[in-house]
Amino acid sequence: MSTEEKAAAAGEGSGAGPVEASTAAQGLNIVARTQGQLVRRRFFRHRGAMISLTILVLVILLAYTSIGFAGIPGWWIWNYSTPGKVINRGAPTLSVWPTFLGGDGFAIGLHPFGQDDLGRDYFALTMRGAQISILIAFVVGIVGTLIGAIIGAMAGFYRGWVESVLMRFTDVMITIPILVIAAVLGQKFGGAGPLVLAIVIGLVLWTALARLIRGEFLSLREKEFVEAARALGAKPTRIIFRHILPNTVGVITVAATLLIASAILLETALSYLGFGVRAPDTSLGLLVSSYQNAFATRPWLFWWPGLFIITIALTVNFIGDGLRDAFDPRQNRVRA
Amino acid sequence: MAPFIIRRLFVSFFVLLGATFIVYVLVASAGDPRAALFESTDPGKANKIAALTRNLSLDVPIIPRYFAWLGGALGCLIGKCDLGNTATGAPVSGGLAVAMGSTLRLVVFALVIAIVLGVSIGMITALRQYSGLDYSVTFLAFLFFSLPVFWIAVLMKQFLAIKFNDWLKAPSIPPWFIVLAAAVTGLLAAGIVGGERKRRLAAFGGAALGVALLLIYFSITDWFAEPGIGPVLMILMSVITAVAATALFAGFRSRIVLYATLVTAVVGFVCYFALDSILADPTALLIVGLLVVALVVSAGIGAAMGGLYRSQAIKACMLTGFGCGGLIFASHLLAALPAYSAKVNGVVIATIGATTPNFSGNFWETTLDQLGHLILPTIAIVLISIASYTRYTRSSMLEVMNADYIRTARAKGLTERTVIVRHGFRNALIPITTIVALDIGGLIGGAIITETVFGWSGMGRFFNDALKIPDPNAVMGFFLVTGTAIVVFNMIADITYGFLDPRIRLS
Repeated sequence: MSTEEKAAAAGEGSGAGPVEASTAAQGLNIVARTQGQLVRRRFFRHRGAMISLTILVLVILLAYTSIGFAGIPGWWIWNYSTPGKVINRGAPTLSVWPTFLGGDGFAIGLHPFGQDDLGRDYFALTMRGAQISILIAFVVGIVGTLIGAIIGAMAGFYRGWVESVLMRFTDVMITIPILVIAAVLGQKFGGAGPLVLAIVIGLVLWTALARLIRGEFLSLREKEFVEAARALGAKPTRIIFRHILPNTVGVITVAATLLIASAILLETALSYLGFGVRAPDTSLGLLVSSYQNAFATRPWLFWWPGLFIITIALTVNFIGDGLRDAFDPRQNRVRA
Repeated sequence: MAPFIIRRLFVSFFVLLGATFIVYVLVASAGDPRAALFESTDPGKANKIAALTRNLSLDVPIIPRYFAWLGGALGCLIGKCDLGNTATGAPVSGGLAVAMGSTLRLVVFALVIAIVLGVSIGMITALRQYSGLDYSVTFLAFLFFSLPVFWIAVLMKQFLAIKFNDWLKAPSIPPWFIVLAAAVTGLLAAGIVGGERKRRLAAFGGAALGVALLLIYFSITDWFAEPGIGPVLMILMSVITAVAATALFAGFRSRIVLYATLVTAVVGFVCYFALDSILADPTALLIVGLLVVALVVSAGIGAAMGGLYRSQAIKACMLTGFGCGGLIFASHLLAALPAYSAKVNGVVIATIGATTPNFSGNFWETTLDQLGHLILPTIAIVLISIASYTRYTRSSMLEVMNADYIRTARAKGLTERTVIVRHGFRNALIPITTIVALDIGGLIGGAIITETVFGWSGMGRFFNDALKIPDPNAVMGFFLVTGTAIVVFNMIADITYGFLDPRIRLS
């Protein structure tokens, strides 16, 4: 065990308590850290998660600043809806191959990602698709987490008939494959815009989270600190929100991150099947779907949205992994 | 156990009932199938609207319509299925049965491969934790996890199917590919073997050299133009199977098991020649029968020769027998490949559909045809689901290998193989069974995308087409199958968990 881990163990035991005198007497330089500080430290030291976080933030910034969002203009010269003149079959003008290796050097050109068959700038289109996909994923993540946390918390805390009813309802929802219910709802609400679609998908994607939170609540509600709170006369809502819920923040954060990752893939799949985002708006899945037959002749129409889907899903998954390691250091320390 | 199972059955039934209600109401209120007709200027539209209304009972309000449907569906319990009509007036159950067959073929095939591969990879990475292999596999698992099926499917169609078929017309292996394949296999072998540098270098060298020689041999003899498993390859691979089976089930200390499996391999080699005439154009039934015979015979060899190690010998011999049977099967398939390739104009790996339309041939050719169509969708499903199996197996295995009873087993002086396979792996499998069972439902649902991409007319297509109308009866037909599958497998998961882990049974 290194010094830091010792500090971690000490910190976890006594919260933000004072440094114990005995360890100081042994000449060990120990800093007391709160649980939050420890988690943050572990997360920031997770190389994969930090690289992913940087990339994800860059992608989000690129998507939302380049062509602007919600009426605010962006810095990119084209927008995603105006058709133009197709130049050189719409081939991408981006080149990154350096000149000393026989390439053209770094150049962005007029249409870095190329143009589609109507002459629309494909960079702008991809950015618009990324905007919508990211928006949907995050809204789904928030809605799903909220509902899952509330249902799981209620079921786990109150037990009895509340738990039976809520958990049987969860079972009913789990019985319906996610893609099926999302497709059915998308068929109905897909035309009403991405935000409505996202909320509706969020309404069906909470089941795994609810089960997880219920499990956490079941074990936490038997702990001494909950008993103490109850003995002090705290009301159930106060116990749930002030005493138990903060202790499940780790589980919720990790699950929410993974929910966002699966929401990205679900949205693209729905749009691909034609039950998600509809034209004239676009999303990454819709772009792949519209141009999959162009792969042999104009592959860039297919590569770019796919690369963005993978980048977003992969980085979010890695961030989730980093968070899990940060909140649950046991996973890191095991040695076979 | 019985009251537990009965209670589970009871609850599951009502859960399924609730789910059918939700899905029916949602689909029925998703839109009016007649909407397009109302707008049209077709002179016969009144008749079409009337027909559609009649077929889907659109004149009845949603809730009574659901109960009417439920009445028909409940008939399935007593053998009188009535799942209503589709929009065209055909009964749902007919179309559903056909669709189910092709989807099950796809899903089961993919699932078996995904489980075998995923569990073995997860186990290896757990045993070689924090090695380069572990990190690479972890990264790949995350990557596959983040891949949209429809995107990777298009890539596979281009590179695995079209390019491969073109290459097969003039199959010479380029040197860069030989070098690359040798290097990758070498690195893999070194990673799996682990241990000291010398050991890893030897593994790298051995594997890389073996693969390079094999590929050069294939290239020189034009193996891919006239593929087949000749006697030399057959005896070599049977012996390898025998050795591997022994290593897995008994280890090399028990020589007697090795002899038993080697005898099985020799018997398999004899069968390779003996069965040649029977297998010229067999039926599927004959193949299954031969497989059973092979398993019984090899179990017999194991029982007769095993002595003190009888149970291990029986298992190892059965695995060897199965492997030899598979090799004989593969050799006949490969021998039929040139003829098949000529029949389908060189499209060996197909990109669309479940079979070549109007294709006729002998048993081997039709099998090849089905396999050629299965390959791409199977790879797509395997890639996506293998990631989670690998991760789960790895973490479950890591947890088990840190348990006290593993230390006890090592302290008793058991061999590492026994510790890993009998004490570690068995216990690590418990949580995995649950995950696999829960996954099957999702897999059938996920087949919707795979089938759309690859143009299979299975359950996914059935659902997709029905929802576009939207036709509640057909969607419900789909849901009844997937929902039942999910409920049943959930139940199986709970029950197996109870059997495997007695601690669960009490609650």
